[in-house]
Amino acid sequence: MSLPETPSQTIGPFFAVGLIWPDGPEVVPAGTPGAVRVGGRVLDGAGEPVADALVETWQADPDGHFATGSGGFGRCATDAEGCWAVRTVKPGPLPAPDGGTEAPHLDVSVFARGLLHRLVTRIYFPDEAEANANAADPLLASIEDSQVRARLVAAADGDGLRFDIRLQGDQETPFLAI
Amino acid sequence: MSGTHPPLDFPAYRSTALRHPLRPLTPLPHRLTEVTGPLLGEGRVGELDHDLTAQHGGEPLGERIVVEGRVLEADGRPVPDTLVEVWQANAGGRYRHDGDRHPAPLDPNFSGAGRCLTDAQGRWRFVTVKPGAYPWKNHDNAWRPAHIHFSVFGRAFTQRLITQMYFPGDPLFAFDPIFQSVPEGARERLVSRLDLDVTVAEWAVGYRWDIVLAGRAATPLEDEDDDR
Repeated sequence: MSLPETPSQTIGPFFAVGLIWPDGPEVVPAGTPGAVRVGGRVLDGAGEPVADALVETWQADPDGHFATGSGGFGRCATDAEGCWAVRTVKPGPLPAPDGGTEAPHLDVSVFARGLLHRLVTRIYFPDEAEANANAADPLLASIEDSQVRARLVAAADGDGLRFDIRLQGDQETPFLAI
Repeated sequence: MSGTHPPLDFPAYRSTALRHPLRPLTPLPHRLTEVTGPLLGEGRVGELDHDLTAQHGGEPLGERIVVEGRVLEADGRPVPDTLVEVWQANAGGRYRHDGDRHPAPLDPNFSGAGRCLTDAQGRWRFVTVKPGAYPWKNHDNAWRPAHIHFSVFGRAFTQRLITQMYFPGDPLFAFDPIFQSVPEGARERLVSRLDLDVTVAEWAVGYRWDIVLAGRAATPLEDEDDDR
């Protein structure tokens, strides 16, 4: 049996009516060892902030395990400046079926007015560049252009990590077909 | 996405113009992060969250309706215990949101947000009022057909879906670029149907609408789950 899949529609401008959780951006509680703020801005093709986007993150825990409950999931709406952020911990590396290893990463969904389907991307961690884990990551390795590849790696930003999501343009974020 | 989902670039829906990527998408193989997903709901669903007519001191104005359906995988398996979130305009076509400038009245007895968890058979059910059509600024004299927004997670990151449910026979379908953005053969999947088995006699008309999520590769872990 194969049922026809339900089509996607835009989240629209008024999703805050139903999708805001006060604890949505807190993947881990304050004070968790290793907790880090990961965030940035969502910008459109004119470089203007997208003030009505919803960013969701999904990840393994630091040991590379996926929670059986609600752990590992984050959700944050952008503010008037297009800013979003979650508080999380760096996930562990993950085994890939071909014997390789995936570098620590967050899977990200972006929803917004004007997006008829979510956009998917990944956030990698800058400190993994030194350990060369990012260089061995199968997805990163599949992107030939090093400048494009680098856009999937967050930047150290004070105590946190910065990851801007550019929906369109010269510095466009690499989005992923899922 | 061919055949089912709307394109990201759809000029008739003007907001897509500066928000769709120009570079081709990079294929993401489905590995551990993609075949897993959050199990949300515990502690997130209150007793009255499924009944949008019972969240205030009085009942909202408008046509009371029951909307019911299932969350399914493409192979027909139900998705149990999964969070379903909805939001909508009130019967006058107005959202309880600062950004909604439509000069229609807010209803003090209607927030327009609901949540529930599917049962063991993947079923969900909401009691609400039928949302009104409302104008928007996409083009001259643009009106959205009545709809309820749905957000579902399924079992895996790959299955995450946000969409809109419509009502049968809406004359605004032909003029709505958001509805029309869906490939022709798939549009009807967004339209609920009147169902007298969902209808509660002398009380509320019922509509039925099933949500079918993207297929998902089986993993050894899931086979264990299915044996329970």
